[in-house]
Amino acid sequence: MTIASSTQLICFTVLSAVVAIGALGVVLLPNIVYSAFLLGGVFLSVAGLYLLLNASFVAAAQVLVYVGAVNVLILFAIMLVNKKENMAAIPGLALRRLLSGAVCAGLFALLLRVAFTTPWATPGPEPVGEEATIRIGEHLFSDYLLPFELASVLLLMAMIGAIVLARRDVMAADIATGEPADQGLIEKTRTPLLLENTN
Amino acid sequence: MELSLPTTVPLQAYLALAAILFCTGVWGLINCRNAVRVLMSIELMLNAVNINLMAFSSYLDGQLIRGQVFTIFVITVAAAEAAVGLAILLSLYRNRETVDMERFNLLRW
Repeated sequence: MTIASSTQLICFTVLSAVVAIGALGVVLLPNIVYSAFLLGGVFLSVAGLYLLLNASFVAAAQVLVYVGAVNVLILFAIMLVNKKENMAAIPGLALRRLLSGAVCAGLFALLLRVAFTTPWATPGPEPVGEEATIRIGEHLFSDYLLPFELASVLLLMAMIGAIVLARRDVMAADIATGEPADQGLIEKTRTPLLLENTN
Repeated sequence: MELSLPTTVPLQAYLALAAILFCTGVWGLINCRNAVRVLMSIELMLNAVNINLMAFSSYLDGQLIRGQVFTIFVITVAAAEAAVGLAILLSLYRNRETVDMERFNLLRW
């Protein structure tokens, strides 16, 4: 066993342990701020795994997009909806947890069985290594050009949709009817529309 | 009996890690009552899929690395999904004043 391969093995073990334990922490920790930061740790460890797989460009994209954008977005959402609330107990919660745990364990066993019994065609072709970024660029501008352009349209649609969904009603007049818009929702003087009658 | 450790990381190790991550995400998706945590579970599942794609791309498709290109697209779609999902969550919170998944039951029978 050479030094390079043992280093790779140790790095993989540490990173996968961080990923697995961090994912459990994301799901199970009672404080959601801690789980959001743990989610950032999971994303960083997954980027480390990509580096182990000779994919420096995707690792950089993972750090930029997931840690830099998605995780920060989740933290902002937590900040915006951060209200201490005691969730009302619902009947059959323990049974539901057990059942879904059993289903997930079955799914896990199935995935493991597929992974370990399928005769994968390893070793495949020699990995390109550091040329991966060049290859990705060639793919994106030749045979994956249409999905690449569609991705830009998708991102534009998602941006506009997020703005439309998340903004408050700030227009002075309703577009459809021309009547003055309901400013009570903006100033929070009126109770929200769908609040349940808690009687 | 001597325990024989593999000298390099096998493909199956990555697949098993992705399976762990995916199942954790599924469990969280079903059971978490905080809507933000449900979105985090979805991100975990997407990352599990990405690990699978990258592992196959490196081990079985080393010359054409199509898996890496697919991972880039999955990351793009995940970013769009997170933005729209959190916007929906904010809109729901404004109307309902809660993030409890059990109380988002307007469309229930």
